[in-house]
Amino acid sequence: MTDRIEQRINSLNKRLNSEKRFRIYCIGAMSFALAWVLILFLNIFSSGYSAFYRTVIQVDVPFLNLIEDTTQFSEMSSEDINNLSMYSFSKKAIYGLFPDIEEKKDKKMLIRLFSIEFEQEIREFLKSNKSNINETETIYLTASDDVDQVNKGNYPRDLDEDKRRIKDIQLLFFDDLVDRGLVSYEFNLPFLMRGDSREPELAGVGGSIVGSLFTILVVLILSFPIGIFAAIYLEEFAPKNRVTDFIEININNLAAVPSIVFGLLGLGIILNTFGLPRSTPLVGGIVLSLMTLPTIIIATRASLRAVPPSIREGALAVGATKMQAVMHHVVPVAMPGALTGTIIGLAQALGETAPLLLIGMVAFVVDVPQTPLDASASLPVQVYLWSESAERGYVEKTSATIMMLLGFLILMNLAAVLIRRKFETKW
Amino acid sequence: MGFILISLIILIGIASYFLGNLRAKNLRTSNQKNLKSLSHYYGYYVALWAVVPALLILLMITSFKSFFIEQYVLSDFIALGSYTETELSLLFTQIENTALGIKLFDENTILINGAVNKLNYINKTSENLTYVTVLGLSGLLVLYSLFNINNKLNSRKIVEKFLLVLYFTCSLVAIMTTVGIIFSLLYETLRFFSQVPITDFLFGLNWSPQRVFVREAGDLDTRDLANAFGAVPLFAGTFLIALIAMCVSVPVGLLTAIYMSEYASPKVRDWAKPIIEILAGIPTVVYGFFAALTVAPLVRDIGQGAGLTVSSESALAAGFVMGIMIIPFISSLSDDVIKSVPQSLREGSYAMGATKRETIVKVLLPAALPGIVGSFLLAVSRAIGETMIVVMAAGLNAKLTANPLDAATTITTQIVVILIGDQEFDSPKTQSAFALGLTLFVVTLALNFIALQVVKKYTERYD
Repeated sequence: MTDRIEQRINSLNKRLNSEKRFRIYCIGAMSFALAWVLILFLNIFSSGYSAFYRTVIQVDVPFLNLIEDTTQFSEMSSEDINNLSMYSFSKKAIYGLFPDIEEKKDKKMLIRLFSIEFEQEIREFLKSNKSNINETETIYLTASDDVDQVNKGNYPRDLDEDKRRIKDIQLLFFDDLVDRGLVSYEFNLPFLMRGDSREPELAGVGGSIVGSLFTILVVLILSFPIGIFAAIYLEEFAPKNRVTDFIEININNLAAVPSIVFGLLGLGIILNTFGLPRSTPLVGGIVLSLMTLPTIIIATRASLRAVPPSIREGALAVGATKMQAVMHHVVPVAMPGALTGTIIGLAQALGETAPLLLIGMVAFVVDVPQTPLDASASLPVQVYLWSESAERGYVEKTSATIMMLLGFLILMNLAAVLIRRKFETKW
Repeated sequence: MGFILISLIILIGIASYFLGNLRAKNLRTSNQKNLKSLSHYYGYYVALWAVVPALLILLMITSFKSFFIEQYVLSDFIALGSYTETELSLLFTQIENTALGIKLFDENTILINGAVNKLNYINKTSENLTYVTVLGLSGLLVLYSLFNINNKLNSRKIVEKFLLVLYFTCSLVAIMTTVGIIFSLLYETLRFFSQVPITDFLFGLNWSPQRVFVREAGDLDTRDLANAFGAVPLFAGTFLIALIAMCVSVPVGLLTAIYMSEYASPKVRDWAKPIIEILAGIPTVVYGFFAALTVAPLVRDIGQGAGLTVSSESALAAGFVMGIMIIPFISSLSDDVIKSVPQSLREGSYAMGATKRETIVKVLLPAALPGIVGSFLLAVSRAIGETMIVVMAAGLNAKLTANPLDAATTITTQIVVILIGDQEFDSPKTQSAFALGLTLFVVTLALNFIALQVVKKYTERYD
């Protein structure tokens, strides 16, 4: 008898133990998924935040060497200043940091501590302060990418010299400048304003932000009305027949088609048959609208379906036509849902890369685009482009671009949630 | 130009709405006429006449303008008869550049200068002509429709009919997109298969389209073509990476779904579910960057520590990160399916003394199985169609391998590799990307179709 009881207790314990184990597996799986969200964000943020500031080196520029009387600058137009030959003058100003250097090679190394646009930076300074230039002005010049990375501690200094991009003598210069307090950080405004560049320290996301904005604008203009009208037709007016069924099957299928296939559509039809210009936000926007339409249609239909029939019937009962009942009473009530769906669709379009690669939005574009018909990149494409580059400086830039992209996505999703909370009516 | 013109048309539209509205009200009060619709419907009626035909005409003019301008400008050269099509279009670009002030050397300077003058003239005239035509048409139709307002005209019916047609047209966009996809894929694919036999494509073991690219199109050997476009390594690579992704996402996703639906308190659920769904909202290019820069080196270092040779573009790294991306697809779909199993099944099982695990494994999962399988299939179709992770983290060279530590390439990677940058559309290399695209399209559609059928069958069982 006791044997059987013991057996029962044993088997019960076994079952309870396996119950415990199973529960732990489940919690483990969920923690695994949650942990990757954390790892992903930490990884991106820890390598990206440093791109938002940059290293600058303080240089005393003796403008007296350029011109006899510095008040003369105030009478010069921008054109005149552009025509001034400043290259050797700018170089001499930099040599002034280490007056003892004689050798040509060392001087070259010193110049390489700065970004290649040092002359341009001095010229810009002159242009914006031309009315009160002193004999000697202190200017903060952008450091080269290598110096920037060393200063931020992202670059290993203890490698062999021939494996490093930055040479021993440059490190000597750099350390001396640090000791003299001439090296400092500055908020990296150019990163947010400029277009792409082959030099990491000069590359910015301004161009791709504007490109993304144009693309999203095109998507909004095209897919919002078309999506909502299509949803209204299918939900409120469509007769139950084969055409309607066929449209519905198509919408559901399109929602499942891989995004790269839309890129092939854009390449084959929009670029080659219709001949719209390559690499432009206009074409990117058209392709992405076709891709996001199913999302918007499905979301809008769901919110139209959620409007209780009493609203329609009430309107019809007081003599409204079907169109009046739908447009004046049903659609306004369903609008928050439609807007939420549209914003989610736009967020999806903002993060999409693959179709844009095929329609040529991967071009290297230095200028910030002015209209949707200019060649441009977009934020996710910029991430792809920079991640392919070998230079160290692009790693933090890529991560910073991702941070901005994620920031935009979070804002959009937040907006969607807020709209839903604030305006959605519960019946 | 287009922007100003469209703004003008819209302004005319707004103005004509008020005109129509006003005229209808006037008719009502002064002539005691009994109009059939409310006044503002006459406003809409006039506005539609003002805007819609004008926009259609503008669309037509902009689409055909460039063709006629080219014909007109090049008429002298065409009359000479010694130029081919491509030479003519090159000439036209040159003329356009000269008109913009970019001087390029050429022998036919007199002819070119004449053409440049012609181009400047026609550009100016055509712009003026477009303004006159579009705005004139708009104005005429406003007048016509304003005088058309009388007691026999039921403008509400016309406006509502127009809206209905507009809505219907918008819903046709979905069909047009599908037709566009199928047409563009099929057209290039058929041209591809006219040069490369379909069996070579589907069963060939060697994928090296760049070899075709290197040679001149003139001395292409048919044997060369046959050996360059065997897609089996791509299919195998796609399958391998998708398999690795599923090995990560299926257990994690399913167990997470079980935890969410059966164990978690509402509070835990409320914050854990959205966080996991963040994984689905992160752009894939971010995963690609993460895979290439963090996971792939990690996998390589761990592998080398264990004495294995691991490629830095290993299928394992790409597949693993893809698996993480897919977790929320499986977890949220399976969660819904498990939750929708009737409560009576759970209670019956508990009443028999079963533990939670036994209830889940022996009662709930079998009942929810079709839905769960459906979610797996949808996840597989996601994994196969995923592009950016594999483009950035998987290999670019096709190699037939089943070793997850080796570099593998996928269908989507090859489409991007072939089509990125400049393409020449007459080469079988470019066309092969469309054949790959068609394969991808067919496979994902089939997977989705099966998944939906499976899920449908399940819902029928409990309703």
